[in-house]
Amino acid sequence: MSPPTGDPSAADGGLSLRDIGVRFGGLVALEGVSLQVRPGRVVGVIGPNGAGKTTLFNVVCGFVKPSTGSMTVDGRPFQPRPHRLNADGIARTLQGVGLFDHLTVVENVMAGATNEARTGFFAGLLALPGSDREERRLREFAMELLAELGVAAYARAYPQTLPYAVRKRIAVARALAARPRLMLLDEPAGGLGHDDIQELGALIRGLPARGGLNCAVMLVEHHMDLVMSVCDEINVLDFGRLIAHGTPAEVKANPKVLEAYLGADVEEAAA
Amino acid sequence: MTATEEVENTRTQGATTLARASTVRGGAFGRTLVRHAVYALVAIVVLIVLTSALAGTGNTFLNYQLAMVCAYLCATAGLTFLTGINGQLSLGHGALMATGAYGAALTIRALADRGIEAVWAVFVALLVGVLAALVVGAVIGAAAARLRGPYLAGVTTVIAIVVPAITTTFDGIFKGDQGLSFVTPSPGAVPALLSNEEWQAYLGIGCAVLVMFLLANLISSRFGRQFRAVANDEVAAKLSGINIARTQVLAFVVSAGCAGLGGALMAAITQQAAPGAYSLTLSLYLLMAIVIGGLGSLAGAVWGALLLVALPDLSTRITDSLELSPDLAQKLDGNLALAIFGLFLIIVMIVAPGGIQGLVRRLSGRLSARRRSAGS
Repeated sequence: MSPPTGDPSAADGGLSLRDIGVRFGGLVALEGVSLQVRPGRVVGVIGPNGAGKTTLFNVVCGFVKPSTGSMTVDGRPFQPRPHRLNADGIARTLQGVGLFDHLTVVENVMAGATNEARTGFFAGLLALPGSDREERRLREFAMELLAELGVAAYARAYPQTLPYAVRKRIAVARALAARPRLMLLDEPAGGLGHDDIQELGALIRGLPARGGLNCAVMLVEHHMDLVMSVCDEINVLDFGRLIAHGTPAEVKANPKVLEAYLGADVEEAAA
Repeated sequence: MTATEEVENTRTQGATTLARASTVRGGAFGRTLVRHAVYALVAIVVLIVLTSALAGTGNTFLNYQLAMVCAYLCATAGLTFLTGINGQLSLGHGALMATGAYGAALTIRALADRGIEAVWAVFVALLVGVLAALVVGAVIGAAAARLRGPYLAGVTTVIAIVVPAITTTFDGIFKGDQGLSFVTPSPGAVPALLSNEEWQAYLGIGCAVLVMFLLANLISSRFGRQFRAVANDEVAAKLSGINIARTQVLAFVVSAGCAGLGGALMAAITQQAAPGAYSLTLSLYLLMAIVIGGLGSLAGAVWGALLLVALPDLSTRITDSLELSPDLAQKLDGNLALAIFGLFLIIVMIVAPGGIQGLVRRLSGRLSARRRSAGS
């Protein structure tokens, strides 16, 4: 496949970033980053600490405004605002877990479907039947997602009481409740053990085919084994610049990547 | 157990939980409206019985106190909803009560000037009080949505100080420190059957139950989930498609409306609206009451409202029973209640960090566990 370029004709589907630059004062966090996430693909973003991976996610989510560049979703100009993200077909999981500790597991997932909740204020205030009906529907939808991720048994529990790996799955279920066409996963393997990471890999690989949605996945991750095994293509950032792009095998063989990582991680990954 | 086994186990359990989740909500009682309406009706019946029982004692002051509990309950329920559920701290709810009180007082006086002293004038006055508080609440709420923690506390404290000051500055309308006094219209056609205090108690019961009913509905709707999500984690809430600012303004306006009704009710009961009753101290009392009662629970707001009437009463009794010099008695009057409240707050926070309601829940949980183990 051809690496993404500034060519607008390439922006036929999915998320497309063109020439994104971010400056914090004098510090250049991102510069001239162009990349594309096509429907149905798992795209990794890797790089040493401070390379700008999370900043890139924050740009896509609207938490950080880029000083240069533009974005399109399905070819249309895209100016993200965090609370409109789900409406734009994008869902993101947070570093750590980021669940609502005062809500039960099923309520957490229901909160993820806020975008499709239509109950008006007065319907809620007066507990009109429509409000109950919608709540019941959202609860069933949330239960289906929890069952799909194998954590339905915890529906009534509060997140803090649960094992970390379970909470991570619940966070994915909450993101899926927004019915995204693009999933942003921010270091999903962080804090997980070896077996759990294996399972997570299978889960991520299964996301694009899920429910015939042809969902795209963008993955920021430190764990090289996971990135190399699940991604269709990988973008490598270093000091805010995109230094390489390609299949896992191409990226592994790229001397610039080896240099950026000073050998260690890549050799480990190649082993 | 490895995660794989865990997943396999939960897959099978998932189906049963799914079934359970749908059965729990089945039946007429499963409908939020039916459930809450039944609770409200039971509360109304119990309170009506209580009112006539209190009237039977011959001590009319008891029904006056019941009416005051109801007025405070409107405000504490609104505040616990805002602070406990939506996570916005307000030190200015006394001022919102004042807004409601003055709105109601001005309405009753304006209607009386036109010779209207029918009972419906009271309901119009309460409505105007609520509307006035909703408007003020929307303004404060819009500012509050941009502020967090100590900054929000600061701004709401300023409101608590400014609003009573407005009433003394514009003393042409608000009659300064003296305040507005008036006669609350009552269904006086059958005074033998319904004393003024009973009428006030019924009015209070109606308003308080209405507030509790509406707040309970709102909390169990999707809005309740959104309010709690925003309080919990703003970034995650945004990413779940929740508009933080709109949610916070909404919570503030709802809470202000409740406080406004409480204030309007208090004006109707005491037949006056004066700045002294709505000082910063009242705001602090309200906040202490919901923390002692149990933050974030409507039942906790009930405990808080009871304490707001009972503790000052207790302190008056203490000062009356001790033979103090008039000078000392005057100093203690009013201040002792605050001291008792403070002491109570400290004790409750040590003994039961979840407030009185948290304690009740823990005890009843232990009791039912004991009953279960005894039964098996």
